[in-house]
Amino acid sequence: MMSDPNALERFLATDPVDPGCAKALEMLDAYVDTLLAGGDPEKRFPDVAAHLRDCGPCSEDFEGLVAAVRRGREAAG
Amino acid sequence: MTRCRPAVPQSAGGSDLDEESAAWLRALRGERREAAVARLRARLLGVARGEVNRRAGMLPFGGSELDDIAEQAASDALVAVLAKVDGFRGESRFTTWASKFAILEVSSKIGRHFWQRDGVRLDPNAWDRLPARFGLGPDSGVEWRQMILALRRAVDEVLSDRQRRIFEAIVLNEVPLDVLVVELDSNRNAIYKALFDARRKLRAELAANGYMGPEPRT
Repeated sequence: MMSDPNALERFLATDPVDPGCAKALEMLDAYVDTLLAGGDPEKRFPDVAAHLRDCGPCSEDFEGLVAAVRRGREAAG
Repeated sequence: MTRCRPAVPQSAGGSDLDEESAAWLRALRGERREAAVARLRARLLGVARGEVNRRAGMLPFGGSELDDIAEQAASDALVAVLAKVDGFRGESRFTTWASKFAILEVSSKIGRHFWQRDGVRLDPNAWDRLPARFGLGPDSGVEWRQMILALRRAVDEVLSDRQRRIFEAIVLNEVPLDVLVVELDSNRNAIYKALFDARRKLRAELAANGYMGPEPRT
């Protein structure tokens, strides 16, 4: 539950650089590899970062891909 | 006699690949392709199983249903990867790129499973619960009650029928976006864009009527 007086205003706010799900997901693997390589994906892909801040399903996919790649690398030693 | 080293496979974008990605591409294009495809299928299944396990606590179903989702996601992800491998641009490792398809298939299949199980039910009284979702209770000020009334009016007056339907399902009734995708026979990008445009219109309307500031420019 949102619990502060600006919650509605924040919910309705949109970021003009948000490219939508299709373009963000197209770059999601590069975004994740940049993150896991110690880089700054928000700086390299500001549009993808804007989308992930706003889109719950794509953000969940991002978390899932990060976890999967980490598991894969741990398994590979 | 010197021997030429085999050329490093390049991505569709022409960039040199890391060693592991190059090895995957060589294997998938080589004489032992069948073994490489089997290895890729096993890897995608591992990714899909890991993802359904990660999400299990958030889902109202589990056990064999999740196993089936993982199996189907891995199979469909394999088909997608093999269909698109020649377009792999090398902007990430091959395994990260391929794993993405398994994750997206898991998402999509969970949405479809939700829809088959529960469908989409819209509560005609959902507006009554909205203030609580935004942290408003009976002791909230008059201004907030007026803002909710203004929001409701704006939803009725400035949104298109499709935007209103999507707003009411996702925002008022908390229907997961990927479930609404199945209900409307659409795709995530289209539903997100419709909701994005709806939010922008509603904010502009509320700002025009003095309920909130204008959208900050970034």
